[in-house]
Amino acid sequence: MDSNYDVLIIGGGVVGSAVAWQLAKTDLKTAVLEKEEDVSTGTTKANSGIVHAGYDAMPGTLKAKLNVRGNEMIHEIAPVLNFDFVNTGSLVLCFEEENRPGLQALLERGKTNGVPGLRIVEQEELRQMEPEISEDAICALYAPTAGVVDPFNMNVAFAENAADNGTAFFFNEPVTSLERTEDGWLVNGAYRAKILVNAAGVHADEIHNMACEQPIAIRPRRGEYFLFDKEAGSLARHVLFQQPTAAGKGILVTPTAHGNLLAGPTADFIEDKDGVCTTAQGLDHVRPMASKTIDHLPFSQVITSFAGLRAVPEGGDFIIAENAPGFIDAAGIESPGLTSAPAIGEMVAQMIVDRLHPGENTAYVPQRRGFVKVDDLSPAEWNALIAEDPAYGRMVCRCEKVTEGSIRDACRRSVPARSLDGVKRRVRAGMGRCQSGFCSPKTMEIISQELNIPFEDITKSGGRSKLITGWDKEDLQDGE
Amino acid sequence: MENKNRKQLVVIGGGPAGLAAAIAAKKSGLDDILILERDQCLGGILNQCIHNGFGLHTFREELTGPEYAARFIRQAEELEIPYALNSMVVDIDQDRNVTYVNEKEGLQTVQADAVILAMGCRERPRGALNIPGYRPAGIYSAGTAQKFTNIDGLMPGRDVVILGSGDIGLIMARRMTLEGAKVHVVAELMPYSGGLKRNIVQCLDDYGIPLKLSHTVTNIQGKERVESVTIARVDENRRPIPGTEITYPCDTLLLSCGLIPENELSRQADVTLSRVTSGPVVNESLETSVPGIFACGNVLHVHDLVDFVSQEAAKAGEKAAAFVLDGVPESSVQIPIETGGLVRYTVPFTVDPARMDENQVVRFRVGNVLKGGFVNVIVDGERKIHRKRMILAPGEMESVTLKKEWITPETREIRVETEAA
Repeated sequence: MDSNYDVLIIGGGVVGSAVAWQLAKTDLKTAVLEKEEDVSTGTTKANSGIVHAGYDAMPGTLKAKLNVRGNEMIHEIAPVLNFDFVNTGSLVLCFEEENRPGLQALLERGKTNGVPGLRIVEQEELRQMEPEISEDAICALYAPTAGVVDPFNMNVAFAENAADNGTAFFFNEPVTSLERTEDGWLVNGAYRAKILVNAAGVHADEIHNMACEQPIAIRPRRGEYFLFDKEAGSLARHVLFQQPTAAGKGILVTPTAHGNLLAGPTADFIEDKDGVCTTAQGLDHVRPMASKTIDHLPFSQVITSFAGLRAVPEGGDFIIAENAPGFIDAAGIESPGLTSAPAIGEMVAQMIVDRLHPGENTAYVPQRRGFVKVDDLSPAEWNALIAEDPAYGRMVCRCEKVTEGSIRDACRRSVPARSLDGVKRRVRAGMGRCQSGFCSPKTMEIISQELNIPFEDITKSGGRSKLITGWDKEDLQDGE
Repeated sequence: MENKNRKQLVVIGGGPAGLAAAIAAKKSGLDDILILERDQCLGGILNQCIHNGFGLHTFREELTGPEYAARFIRQAEELEIPYALNSMVVDIDQDRNVTYVNEKEGLQTVQADAVILAMGCRERPRGALNIPGYRPAGIYSAGTAQKFTNIDGLMPGRDVVILGSGDIGLIMARRMTLEGAKVHVVAELMPYSGGLKRNIVQCLDDYGIPLKLSHTVTNIQGKERVESVTIARVDENRRPIPGTEITYPCDTLLLSCGLIPENELSRQADVTLSRVTSGPVVNESLETSVPGIFACGNVLHVHDLVDFVSQEAAKAGEKAAAFVLDGVPESSVQIPIETGGLVRYTVPFTVDPARMDENQVVRFRVGNVLKGGFVNVIVDGERKIHRKRMILAPGEMESVTLKKEWITPETREIRVETEAA
């Protein structure tokens, strides 16, 4: 196998995949090394899914610049790469008259950052925009460009488009060694590249410190969330933030890109970089805090809770720089990292282009085909699809209306799903109110057929996460 | 009659409820019926319930789930009731247009004179229980584990902890043990079991599996596959008591923490749902708030015994047939059935004195255990039924029979209540 590359990207999260997507427009030979079995398995997997407008970050920071640019890009590319983005707009709710100056300051900061359309909305208009919110909200900062995105979907779209245009992806490939070579780097003693991009999320400090003299530290900060049934999805129409005050940063309540409702996150520094467990304390914190925004949140309609880790850098700003010759960090990408991801991709790709002066990828196809969502089809369109492929007439996930056709499609893409969670992240089978109780056996059967994996070897999310421990009666002893 | 896009009756669901309803409707004179079943065969969840104990009331025999289902499937076949398999209903509207999809016909819309909702229920998932911890492989609802074990011949785990003492959880405790797994404990949040007494005896006691009441899971460890589960005793407010934790090394956590009627389609048709049952609010004819749409079985309220599902569904089938063939007798008045004491709800929720049966069965559940108490039926202040019961428990559905002669259009109050000893 030829493992000489121009660029190796470490990490297949949304940042690494966005860099790959941008580089695919050039004729550089690029590969992505991912330690897990799929893209979108770290920080990208569990976050708020918010496309921030860009008023939060301090003017002049990378965060401010890339947030605003990323927001603009997501509006443009969502219909081209066919991932789910809803331009809901956001509201920062102010609950105390005395905090109004703070809201005004946020507006001014946003203007300085170049965020379009910001304005303060008062009581009456606020009620019209959000009929269900708490009486205590007195006014809000409205940002019309904000929205919600399906983070997995955006990540997969970047990765697939990159792969469709020639980028190689290697999974289950944790980086264990970096060696400097004459003209670049040797990774794991096997992969050579002129340039390395460090997009390793919460592990980016470990990768950086293998390559650079000046060490950095990334601290994981856990955020815990509740996800509500779609029935509760209409309670909020915009992303609803609480104004950050001396009392804390607040908890957000937001519709998701698929019409659920999400509440969270907490913000707790932890030591374990895989510590994505929820805690009783964390969930107990979210409940009353989120209820400040909508006081009748139906916690009986919660379908799941989850936790994710932010990759918090020491300095407060994103670390995007060539910190060793041919070694580019895209590290410390905490919030608004998801929004910024396409802009980070653009920026890092430009840094590489300036170094390597590649040509154009003349065969580059900008479009990526989205997954079929039957609810978006007219009856005639759906019937035509079934006539072409009957698998689109076989419903597997009843809660999210996912057909066998879509699940097979997810397993056949250029960056295919290989596990139950991989399918779930791509086409939402198992993402609904029964949380895969009904569809998981069928989904496993399809994965088994498509990828030629024995049924009992199918995992939830790679590694040792096998779903089945063996066959009936296998463990029975003689005489039992 | 043979208009493909028009039917006298569409039954949504080909499980025990749908089958019994369709059979009764056919016997009551309907010819043009269609059963829509999402799975690849009729019978519903009974197909994976391979244990015995079904049919004691209906057939006076102990059948397995598939045997019980087969008797109804055979009847449906003999009566030549049409059904479509692998067919998922995606929409119903208030005018009883039912839209379904399958691989052969594509998307089809049928206009039905009457619709019977018989979609069954789903299990409450882990996420809805707010159990803290990781989300590794090895956490299954008991019914999913039952599907793996009984239909696919696969073991979802070897070392098992079960949370919740619902009937499926109890059945699976025995089933997994018989297949060679070690079931360490069944933990139940409430101070009483949610399952049938006979299942506790036959599935736990007989196999030496401990049932820990007033216990819940407080942590799930294991990042890839479950490695251990911690349970703790809870106080009267169902809060874990620190210091009472026990950790069981295991690879599997099964959940049997309640069933939820699957009423997403009912909602699309604007059927009024009860907050108590999560099922449709129905009158004496098992008709929902939308005329011509009836409901029965677990989509209406969760049952423990399939025999009662069949009885209830047959009633829905007869009433739907009458609706189609005779038109609706003018409803004079709907009198609500009030609940008292520990009674949580009744099905039906209301009765029309003109339309009710001579002997109207009213089913109900209680919200807590009551020993040596009474079940009363009060009509306008007069106690019509006063029945002593050794024990009433949330896990066992109860019923009383209202006599038509007791109730007139002027009746102001019908109440079903429990009374402490």
